[in-house]
Amino acid sequence: MKIQNLTALALSTALASGTAAADLVLPDLSYRTGAYAAGGIPFSDGYQDYLNMLNARDGGIGGEEIRIVECETGYNTEKGVECYESTKGEGALIYQPLSTGITYQLIPKATADNIPLHTMGYGRTSAANGEVFNWVFNYPANYWDAAGVIVNYLLEENGGDLKDKTLALVYHNSAYGKEPIRTLEALAEVHGFKFNPIAVDHPGQEQKSQWLQIRRERPDYVLMWGWGVMNQVAIQEAANIGFPMENFIGNWWSGAEHDVTPAGAGANGYKSLNMNRIGDLPVFADIKKHVHDAGNAAGDGSNIGTVLYTRGMYAAMLAQEAIASAQDIHGVSDVTPAMVRDGMEALDITAARMKELGMEGVGPEFSVTCEDHGGSGLGIVQQWNAADGKWVALTDYIEPADDITTPLVAEDSAAFAAENDITPGCYKG
Amino acid sequence: MFYREAGDFKTSYDADSQTFPIAFDRYRYWVVLAVAFLVIPFVINDYWANALLVPFLIYAIAAIGLNILTGYCGQVSLGTGAFMAVGAYACYKLMTAFPDISILIHIILAGGITALVGAAFGLPSLRIKGFYLAVATLAAQFFLVWLFNKVPWFYNNSASGQISAPERFVFGIPVTGPNTEAWAMYLICLVFVTGSAIIARNMTRGSMGRKWMAIRDMDIAAEIIGVNPLRAKLSAFAVSSFFIGISGALFFAVYLGAVEVGEVFGINKSFLVLFMVIIGGLGSIFGAFAGAAFLVCLPVVLKLIGVDLLGWPPDLVAHFQLVIIGLMIMFFLIKEPHGLAQLWRVAKEKLRLWPFPY
Repeated sequence: MKIQNLTALALSTALASGTAAADLVLPDLSYRTGAYAAGGIPFSDGYQDYLNMLNARDGGIGGEEIRIVECETGYNTEKGVECYESTKGEGALIYQPLSTGITYQLIPKATADNIPLHTMGYGRTSAANGEVFNWVFNYPANYWDAAGVIVNYLLEENGGDLKDKTLALVYHNSAYGKEPIRTLEALAEVHGFKFNPIAVDHPGQEQKSQWLQIRRERPDYVLMWGWGVMNQVAIQEAANIGFPMENFIGNWWSGAEHDVTPAGAGANGYKSLNMNRIGDLPVFADIKKHVHDAGNAAGDGSNIGTVLYTRGMYAAMLAQEAIASAQDIHGVSDVTPAMVRDGMEALDITAARMKELGMEGVGPEFSVTCEDHGGSGLGIVQQWNAADGKWVALTDYIEPADDITTPLVAEDSAAFAAENDITPGCYKG
Repeated sequence: MFYREAGDFKTSYDADSQTFPIAFDRYRYWVVLAVAFLVIPFVINDYWANALLVPFLIYAIAAIGLNILTGYCGQVSLGTGAFMAVGAYACYKLMTAFPDISILIHIILAGGITALVGAAFGLPSLRIKGFYLAVATLAAQFFLVWLFNKVPWFYNNSASGQISAPERFVFGIPVTGPNTEAWAMYLICLVFVTGSAIIARNMTRGSMGRKWMAIRDMDIAAEIIGVNPLRAKLSAFAVSSFFIGISGALFFAVYLGAVEVGEVFGINKSFLVLFMVIIGGLGSIFGAFAGAAFLVCLPVVLKLIGVDLLGWPPDLVAHFQLVIIGLMIMFFLIKEPHGLAQLWRVAKEKLRLWPFPY
């Protein structure tokens, strides 16, 4: 049986690696199955639709066609590693695994294989320190920024004073969910509020005991760091215990339409962060025309315009800009992963450029440098209006708590550098 | 005609009681070892190592461990994932606390620590049997995973709760960490698999194995004829956990490199290894290998056929994987409830007479 498998493998890998044409390979490590598929599907749809639109409308980036290689990870670390290994040989330019767990796996591997990793608003926060993490980027914002944004928003709501208030954090019991705890503890010391972390085990289907605890303790605010089915269950449980929804704030991965619709009217008033401003952007019309009407939609085409679809499209736009920047810097259109890394490090996203691309204001303005791979860290707070079925942006882009998070980033990245024998410094090529 | 014992006379007790009495078996064993050690390291590449061979070897060790416990001693255990986690965390703590000692020693020590933990969680087996014991080991599964999540000492107080293997060298060659070559990963796992299989095979053919099998078949009768059930059951748990701990340590240090206990060593891992043992064949060392190969290679082959050859969308293929694997498990268990090892045994029996029918 092993011999048969080996020949089948040899055949298939030979067939699969047939096309070595000069095109830009962007792998899509998506998850359309499993407990987190509700989030993975719209993100992957947005990502692929935008890139397919670039091919159809502009002929690719800088004249080079984009080739998407999709690989199903199921939000599972082992499958993520297998997908990475099977796609890296095809000339993959940027990896966006959309999973903090897989990111932690890929950070050392991508660094050793010299392929850049873009972990937009997730992953290992201290990767913002570009001197230690030469190949990992997490612009435009990361989890510690998110924690800072929420606390700054709450400070505004409370007239600058959070003393003696209680903030509970309902978090996914994984590396993803634990990310903000250190920052929130530091912020609790500075601002004088009590911080209470409450863990929810994967996949988050069972949360009754956690929400009974919240009902008993009555914290002033509940923050949520959830993903997939955990979000829906949490919002439903919060509605069940009658928790005031306007005091329930999720991060940007806990604020999508599919998270709030199951709870119906009970979810009205739930707030979340968003790193994007959503709305009817002109680029959606282009995508409809060039991709959906041509029958080339990545999924069933129903997710267009939703929060996660927009975010997937935004991720694809950042990849496009990075490749274009790389083509600019090195003067060739057929770029290598190392060139794309240089492009990412020189990235400068302005409001004018976003408007040019048909997505005005979809994200904050930021620029990337060798030392700072984390972008500006801004986020907006949005609120769900159940009657209209829409997210309404409550604020403009709020600043994070850089004074608290910058030393924490430095400390964590220094620990990583020490553990892995890395000499911090800008990548020299 | 080829596979026969006719004319093969043994002249010493040693030769008569050897593991592979038939000459063809012995030569096949040496050829497989030669190919595994001398040929594959030169042709292996990153993808084959990471997707197929290294997980196969690691799960083979775990399946050998669980086969000793469930197949030879009859104690059903659903705690395999947690014991692998114990091996992984023990290896991590040893690696970070004593960075100068060779990782090979750490892996064996991790196995030893897991043996002690396994023996402790095997104490319920002295009172309960079968299904109820499975539930008691399920408690071990959930408790240990909770423990590793909750107590920061286990993950060295890291903010993310993940443990990651620092780079370690054997004879100057990196075997953990991202700079490890595919052949190095493969060879270190192969060495441990060969060692484990030899030890397990010899233990199960010796008096220890016979005691385990006596307990499995009829434990009251075994107690009457003088088999100490406490010693037999606890030693089964200990030896089985030793192998499972080694497999967990290799899984963490060599294969994955960074591990989040809830996701990697959850109940699904326990079920996976149990399925490997059941499909491979309970009570057989070869069965452990066959089951591990089946359950590691089948999803990858299905994915290659579905996505690369047929061009289907990857989520459809992922859903089909679940369906097809389930169907194949059902098919195997209906057709051959004693697993792939029984198919192998029957084939060998028929080959011994071939070309004659009986």
